[in-house]
Amino acid sequence: MSPLSNFYWSLRRELWEHRSITLVPTAVAAVALVSFLVHVVRNPGNPAVMAAMTPAKRAFAVAMPFSMVASVVLLSSFIVGIFYALDALHAERRDRSVLFWKSMPVSDTVTVLAKVMVTFALLPAIAFIVALATQILMLPIAHSSLPLGDLNLGRMTVVMIYGVAIHALWYAPIYAYLLLVSAWAPRAPLLWTILPFLALAAAEKIALGSAFLLAVLRYRVLGAMSEGFTPNALHSPITQLSQLEPARFFAGPNLWLGLAFAAACIYGAIRLRRHRDPS
Amino acid sequence: MAIIEARALRKSFGTTAALDGVDLRVEEGRILGLIGPNGAGKTTLLNSILGLTECEGELGVLGRDPWRERDALMRDVCFIADVAVLPRWLRVRQALDYVAGVHPRFDRAKAERFLARTDIKRDSKVGKLSKGMVTQLHLALVMAIDAKLLVLDEPTLGLDILFRKQFYDSLLHDYFDGNRTIVVTTHQVEEIQDVVTDVAFIHRGRIVLDTSMDELASRYTEVVVRPEDLQAARALSPIRERTLLGRSILLFDRADRDALAAVGEVRAPSIADLFVALVGGA
Repeated sequence: MSPLSNFYWSLRRELWEHRSITLVPTAVAAVALVSFLVHVVRNPGNPAVMAAMTPAKRAFAVAMPFSMVASVVLLSSFIVGIFYALDALHAERRDRSVLFWKSMPVSDTVTVLAKVMVTFALLPAIAFIVALATQILMLPIAHSSLPLGDLNLGRMTVVMIYGVAIHALWYAPIYAYLLLVSAWAPRAPLLWTILPFLALAAAEKIALGSAFLLAVLRYRVLGAMSEGFTPNALHSPITQLSQLEPARFFAGPNLWLGLAFAAACIYGAIRLRRHRDPS
Repeated sequence: MAIIEARALRKSFGTTAALDGVDLRVEEGRILGLIGPNGAGKTTLLNSILGLTECEGELGVLGRDPWRERDALMRDVCFIADVAVLPRWLRVRQALDYVAGVHPRFDRAKAERFLARTDIKRDSKVGKLSKGMVTQLHLALVMAIDAKLLVLDEPTLGLDILFRKQFYDSLLHDYFDGNRTIVVTTHQVEEIQDVVTDVAFIHRGRIVLDTSMDELASRYTEVVVRPEDLQAARALSPIRERTLLGRSILLFDRADRDALAAVGEVRAPSIADLFVALVGGA
């Protein structure tokens, strides 16, 4: 069979094994939707107040619940991705099923790249679809309490696609590093991720009095917003396409440094899966 | 044609030599039983053959270097490492889908026929199946692959005797057709005695015996010696002597059959007894 078909079936395998990839964002979306429904019932909204607002303020107020619900769904898929990546190359060694997978004519490269694909593309894509579907389902609920004429769902969707895409690229080194730990850790990959980092950060603080490592991690978790959007986009819903700054995002060194680090981690994970003695 | 050809194979873990100069040749159409105690190097040898571990020396499997050409090799080689390596979350139907998707030599209809003879349901998860059923499933998957070489490492470990018997019956009747080649390791030496065509003993990383069952039968003879003939029998230089229920049993290598018949009852030794005689130990 072709590498492409092997890749496809390796992806299917990941979805069978890790049902949280689809279930968690869907469940979070359902909870958000119900909460929104309860909120609307309790606060029917005041058309007079809305009408008194400036158009810009009104656009914010209308976009806010939609933006929040989408953020919650996207955040949940980020968290699912963390646990998925930590488990992806560890679980198959723990239950020795790696010997079954390796008895099939599927290369280590294809297997690891399928897992990379889940974190880099599949999870963000699923989260995007679920978030968009949730926003659409919110429309009839919001109809009575918000002036939906001020909502530009098309533009919001473009913003969301952009946001999801830049975060997928920005988080690539995090996921790739977790996959590497997952391929390497003898047991408890979560501990092997956290403890060495904490130890290094503490050592840095004691020896040099600085917190460079923590700052790097903090920027890696939060930095996509400030790299990819204008500064005023950080604290309220993004309603204007002019707030998107793709040129700056792709020109900055931080993205490319991160991607280079991710590539090195993926290479390491493939090598580890290939060379580790099965026993 | 040699399916497996190994010369001076070496592999060390730290200071321990798992393989210490293994020479082995397996011809097409043979069923080789690889027998040795724990830690003798069986699994390391199989892992080398399967390209799962790198080793020194010369090794060719189906004319390929298994370490360098592993992905290509796996189209023609199949293996069961031991029971229960199928992941617990996998459903039977998914296992069929997956193997059908990635393996060019998998015949799904054939696997379905094997499964139809069992109580295994398509929707069951591996984790819900009994150990015996998991082995049946694994065997159904593997037997439906038209591989040139099948490697089985302790395939019946932890199974009860009925399943063990069934396992080898299926393998011989439904799978083996004289063109395929099978390498099998097991602790239960007696259960493969009638299955294998060849046997190799491995001990401390070396092959101490590599022979066909025919040759083994003509070369080694066991004699239950009458007490009055014990001196005469010992003069024929047995390689081992043991006592069982008050009777002396002597094992001979390439001895004259007529001379042996004169001192007692001649019979073929079991592989297990021969192993103990050649390798020593308990």
